Amino acid sequence: MAEFKKAPKEYKYTREHEWICTDGEKMGRIGISDYAQFHLGDVVFLDLPSPGTQVIQFSKMGEIESVKAVSDLFAPVSGRVLEINQTAIDHSAIVNQDPYGDGWLVRLELSNPDELDKLMDNDDYDKFVAVSSENA
Amino acid sequence: MNHYLLPDISEPGKTGCSLPALDVAPAESLPKELLREEFELPEVSEVEIVRYFTALSSLNYGVDSGFYPLGSCTMKYNPKWHEDVAGLPGFALVHPLQPVESVQGALQLMFELQDYLSEINGMDSTSLVPMAGAQGEFACLLMVKAFHQDRGDKNRNKIVIPDSSHGTNPASAVMCGFEVVTVPSDKEGNIDFNMLEAVMNEEVAALTLTMPNTLGLFDPQITEISQLVHERGALLGADGANLNALLGNVKYGDLGYDYVQLNLHKTFSTPHGGGGPGAGPVCVKTHLTDFLPSPLVTKDNGEYVFISPANSTGKLCDFYGNFGVMVKAYAYLRFLGAEGLKEVSNNAVLNANYIKEKLKKYYHLPYDRKCMHEVVFSGKSQMAKGVHTLDIAKRLMDFGFHPPTVYFPLNVQEAIMIEPTETESKETLDAYIQAMIDIAREAEENPEILHTSPHNTPVRRLDSVKAARQPELNWSMYMSSKKRETGTKETEL
Amino acid sequence: MTAPYVPNTEASRKLMLQEIGVNSIEELLQDIPDRFRNVNFNLPPPLSELDLKRELGKLANLDANLDEYACFLGAGGYRHFIPSVVGHVINRSEFYTAYTPYQAEISQGTLQAIYEYQSLVCQLTGMEVSNAGMYDGSTAAAEAAVMACLIKQRDRVAVLDTVNPTYREVIDTYVKGRNFSIETIDHNSDNSPSDIACLIVQQPNFLGYIENMEKYAQKAHDFGALLVSIVDPISLGILTPPGDYGADIAVAEGQPLGIPIGFGGTYLGLFTCRKEYLRQMPGRIVGKTTDVNGRPGYVMTMVTREQHIRRERATSNICTSEALLALAATVYLASLGKKGIRQIAELCYHKAHYAAKEISKLKGYSILSKQPFFKEFVIRCPIAPKQINAALFGEGIIGGLDISPQMENCILLCVTEMNTKQEIDRLVAILGALQGG
Repeated sequence: MAEFKKAPKEYKYTREHEWICTDGEKMGRIGISDYAQFHLGDVVFLDLPSPGTQVIQFSKMGEIESVKAVSDLFAPVSGRVLEINQTAIDHSAIVNQDPYGDGWLVRLELSNPDELDKLMDNDDYDKFVAVSSENA
Repeated sequence: MNHYLLPDISEPGKTGCSLPALDVAPAESLPKELLREEFELPEVSEVEIVRYFTALSSLNYGVDSGFYPLGSCTMKYNPKWHEDVAGLPGFALVHPLQPVESVQGALQLMFELQDYLSEINGMDSTSLVPMAGAQGEFACLLMVKAFHQDRGDKNRNKIVIPDSSHGTNPASAVMCGFEVVTVPSDKEGNIDFNMLEAVMNEEVAALTLTMPNTLGLFDPQITEISQLVHERGALLGADGANLNALLGNVKYGDLGYDYVQLNLHKTFSTPHGGGGPGAGPVCVKTHLTDFLPSPLVTKDNGEYVFISPANSTGKLCDFYGNFGVMVKAYAYLRFLGAEGLKEVSNNAVLNANYIKEKLKKYYHLPYDRKCMHEVVFSGKSQMAKGVHTLDIAKRLMDFGFHPPTVYFPLNVQEAIMIEPTETESKETLDAYIQAMIDIAREAEENPEILHTSPHNTPVRRLDSVKAARQPELNWSMYMSSKKRETGTKETEL
Repeated sequence: MTAPYVPNTEASRKLMLQEIGVNSIEELLQDIPDRFRNVNFNLPPPLSELDLKRELGKLANLDANLDEYACFLGAGGYRHFIPSVVGHVINRSEFYTAYTPYQAEISQGTLQAIYEYQSLVCQLTGMEVSNAGMYDGSTAAAEAAVMACLIKQRDRVAVLDTVNPTYREVIDTYVKGRNFSIETIDHNSDNSPSDIACLIVQQPNFLGYIENMEKYAQKAHDFGALLVSIVDPISLGILTPPGDYGADIAVAEGQPLGIPIGFGGTYLGLFTCRKEYLRQMPGRIVGKTTDVNGRPGYVMTMVTREQHIRRERATSNICTSEALLALAATVYLASLGKKGIRQIAELCYHKAHYAAKEISKLKGYSILSKQPFFKEFVIRCPIAPKQINAALFGEGIIGGLDISPQMENCILLCVTEMNTKQEIDRLVAILGALQGG
């Protein structure tokens, strides 16, 4: 089994391998996990929601493409998109290289911070990944 | 390897052809605002064109180059004389809108081909119109939709498809406004009957079931499946990509199918052309005849004429389909006759089983039972050494073979799908088997040679990531990206 | 009879069966219930190559072919000159016996040729990107309509009534398949719905006349819709290309580019669009890249749009298309070059206008419209077109398309570089003798 970068402590995760990191009360940055980028392979294209778009928790908000696969991106929480990472759009390799840092995808304003409780924390996500890897 | 492109050999003043002089008085020119400015096409001499494309052809591998066991694609030999008859002026130089009495030969050929294809598949009528297998699927599902609506059964908005199906199946369903329901395969590689039973409700319009399936296996539950599908008010359709396994032996109509879509460029030996032209006729039972795509050829008072079925699902192309392909398929059928067709499927099945038996010691065989015209292995055992199916495929090129289909069907991990066809000799199969065995040994002893393969092809492994991240899809995109980067021109490379 | 294409002898079959561990091929077919096997097939008995060549030769001779008949018929299929070099190149069996280039390392011939094709088509149309080709002109137009709906998230398309009626039918089939709707727009009226995904216009239109494309581009864009332009590739030797008048998607029947008229198929659909819509484009696309040694090479790219990966969410179901005909178009355009394509277009234009002028001098005949045209135009005749065409056929001429059901006593004529002055004069003479009354 491949070794994955440790997921940062304060991040929260979905079962679809997106993460969210909140700064302050209502702002959050979203990306995909190291496990997700590894299984997707070299990311070649991102289709991200335009700023201003309202997204709904666990609903599709965009697409991420590698050479041989395309995956839906799901919103970890509901909210309004504030900004998308232009660097990742122009140089998608960054998503593979630094998925938890410079390879972030979307910044949004949370409409209901309570939704964060429905997400996995760091430890739960590690366990979830371990199980997913065995079944793969 | 050709490193240059047409613009690189272009020079003002060169020309590749000669045209007649204007023999009438010139007319007044069009208003200036309708006319285009100067534009760039290469200027190249005829000899350079011939050498350029001949050099390109030498970088290709076709059925005429060697064994081409691409699963699901039925890459059989294409008889040469078919090209000659398809090129006869009475077929190749005929305008599609000529008066019908001036094209009786072409129409007779189409009429008879319709009949033969209906007979071979145990169906009642055939439309030759669809231009490839995928368009045939589209045509079939349009008929399914119209059939149910015509009966007032308006809630059937789902198509059931096994997990082993071709990608065109779900894509075609969506083009007809259907939702797709996927059913898994069982442990034997057949459709999971219990799951099928569970999903077959009053919303299902049809089950698309490739037979034999894409694992190369004939599903022995076919009678029960057909009964279930029809009891629940749905139709049973075949993706006929695998007809080569049944030709001259078994008819889809007898198996309970309501319709089938064919691929003349697979089963009926018309060449694939590097990605077409194909032809995807659809054959149906009586209850679907009125919905067939238009036009059909019929005989009226001794004259062949075009007709449009009463409730036709409409037109699918400029004229009548890929007529040139029909001529070749017709020639093939007439040459073989019923006995010959059976010899084709028998030998296709024999060749596939031979490969299966000889290779199963070396490659994981997920379904160890008699196969039909193709066999699916898994590269699972080689994965332990870090060797992937892709590496095996690439290494086969070094041995002078075209690789099999890989990573399909999706329900087999690291799938290797081998379809030898009937046009290969035991000697060819043995050489291929030996290559596969050698590669299995290399995977154990020297996996690096696989990872870095192919070694002696015109180019080595190509960077698909780069191609997708920075698309350069034509000269101008290439030149503008070059200018951006270095300020050089294409010609200076 | 199968021996030539089935190389295994009885002896090798026996050996193979032994290796498999069965006694007969029948034993390999045990999964098929008995009652379905060995059924009767009512087909004609097999014949040899020689017998069949004779028989097919006879069938072909029943057809009037354009080597023996002069032809003034167009309406979607065109007789143009094809340099011999085209046939010789595409008949190289390394090209025509290959499959779709899934294995790039041994398919560089096909892949590089497609890259050339995409480049030449972009130059010709003035559009930014081209795919590797579609089935034919009408399906390319239909896929363009669907693509526009998916881009604009609107479910209605508008087609101008001067578009080839067959194209309108095919667009209708595809659009209604997806449960979208189609509206036919009267070219004389300014009314059209504004919530459309695209406006589809043909240039020159079905009757041969040149449309004001800037006007339609403006109209489409005012509605927030795309302009889909259907063009005659030969006309682009002289006419403003779709890239210059703001077309968002431009498609064409590629048959005039070196492909025999062939009773309606095998043809080729050209499909081009603006770069921003690249990812919504149907069909294969080839891109340039490098191999592990840094040498240039070509691969199929953006494959995640396609059915074999995206399945039910694919941009189209198209798989096998018309690659060999795209190769023919590539060789044709390379062979003609920028001067040749212009020269062909000019020959068509001047000869068509010569024919129109001569016919207009005939008593009882007139040219339908004063609008500018390219190689096709409509004449109004003093007697029923059916009679005229029958008389022409008797004189070895295939006349134009009888459009009298829609327009009284009218014929759509087509003149290309293949029609000599002598042929045109003969046409005019026969027409002149058919005065009716």
